[in-house]
Amino acid sequence: MSSVTLFGLCGAALVGLGLFGLIVQPGVLRKILAFNLLGSGVLLLFGVIARRGAAAGIGSDPVPQALIITALVVAFAATVLAVALLRRLVQETGRDSLDTDG
Amino acid sequence: MTLALNVFTIVAVVLGLVFFLAGTVGLLRFPDTLTRLHALTKADNLGLGLVVLGLLPQVAWPFGGLKLIALWLLALLAGATVGPLLGHAVWTHARGREPPP
Amino acid sequence: MSLALAADAGLALLILGLAVWTTIARTAFGAVIGFMAYGFLVALVWVRLAAVDVALTEAALGSGLTGVLLLGAAARLPRDAAAARPGWGLRLAAGVVSAAVAAGLAAVVLLLPVPGPTLAPVATATLPTLGLGNPVTGVLIAYRAIDTLLESVVLVLALIGLWSLARDEDWGGRPDALRAANPGAALVLLAQVLPPLGLLVGVHLFWTGAIAPGGAFQGGTVLAAMWVLTLVAGLTRPPRVGGRGVRLLLVAGPALFLAIGVAGFWLGGAFLAYPAADAKPLILAIEAALTLSIAVALGLLLAGPPGARE
Repeated sequence: MSSVTLFGLCGAALVGLGLFGLIVQPGVLRKILAFNLLGSGVLLLFGVIARRGAAAGIGSDPVPQALIITALVVAFAATVLAVALLRRLVQETGRDSLDTDG
Repeated sequence: MTLALNVFTIVAVVLGLVFFLAGTVGLLRFPDTLTRLHALTKADNLGLGLVVLGLLPQVAWPFGGLKLIALWLLALLAGATVGPLLGHAVWTHARGREPPP
Repeated sequence: MSLALAADAGLALLILGLAVWTTIARTAFGAVIGFMAYGFLVALVWVRLAAVDVALTEAALGSGLTGVLLLGAAARLPRDAAAARPGWGLRLAAGVVSAAVAAGLAAVVLLLPVPGPTLAPVATATLPTLGLGNPVTGVLIAYRAIDTLLESVVLVLALIGLWSLARDEDWGGRPDALRAANPGAALVLLAQVLPPLGLLVGVHLFWTGAIAPGGAFQGGTVLAAMWVLTLVAGLTRPPRVGGRGVRLLLVAGPALFLAIGVAGFWLGGAFLAYPAADAKPLILAIEAALTLSIAVALGLLLAGPPGARE
């Protein structure tokens, strides 16, 4: 097995872990963290595909690389919005979970 | 000459790694936050310093070497900042009030 | 098993361990610390995957700035508000579903076509005429310029969304939530010593992006981090969100990008086409304006909505 395949499998496991945390963790901040893990796993898979597309004297296909950089910036913007919504939730209800009955 | 430099690199880097190992053991084994902080900063300051020193003969001079030295100085700066901040936090947390200036 | 593969396997194990810790840690604060460490190690993976531009972005933005944001959020959570965890049945079902998804993706990884498809030759064909040496910058600014243009707009939209979460009575004020109540002498010293150096690194990353790893996003992130450091230490204050200057800075990058893109209809024959003779200066102008706008947008995104300190 090569390092590239290894990191690909690592990315697949990260997606699974992130999905699990997203479903199971009750706190909103924990859900945001889990979603970031999930996204990071997807990007790692994409990076593996970029590495496999090495050609023309470049170690990694630049098109997926550019998309990953774009994705990282957009993920940061989305996380900022999610955290701001969480703060408003805490301000309004005093709680940090989405349970309506608790 | 090259042989001597290579031996110097190996000795210095290994010595630096020993400091990192000792620092990590201290981080895991020391009883409270302040002593653990001591172990960690010791590893960063001396361990990284020795690793950088050992790598200096192996990189292009001047820019490669200057970059390595800048890296070490930045790590020193970060450690010197985090130490007092954490110490302050520990003091405040333990006593429930601000430390004297 | 070669030495490199063994090191990579160790790196992958560390990452998975930190991801597990982030998922199951007892406190939100501990989970955030785990996530930050995870981000820095993922940056190492990007280097191993020959994607140094991505590694720089991951370390600066994905781990650094995101970490600051999440740490701030974790510190402000109510202490006794931990909701009940779901029962064993749901956890088991979630585990089965997640494992199935992961197994499916793993199978895809193992069954990827050999050799992998690539766009590298197409994407880099025009690099010499543009005067660029970094293929990733070439894709960002020329081959897929429309993506980058829209992305720079996304940052502005995110900021509008963030500001619209302010309470009515706080509108127009300064986003002051970042300032530490008692920064302490050490932090103030750091905020005085580091920014000149960080400024240099940020500008260098932008400038070198044309020929080596770096670019507007990495440089802008470092600049934003330096600004945020002075905000936390209380050395500078964030601008009022209603101010005209800050709004001009925010839209300068996307606006210049769009203007040069529209001018491409006359100069290059298509939207976002560069005239062959002046491609390099035009690209540098776009990148410079983008770096500035990205730095301001990221800093303000971290500063949060305008309002009184919590």
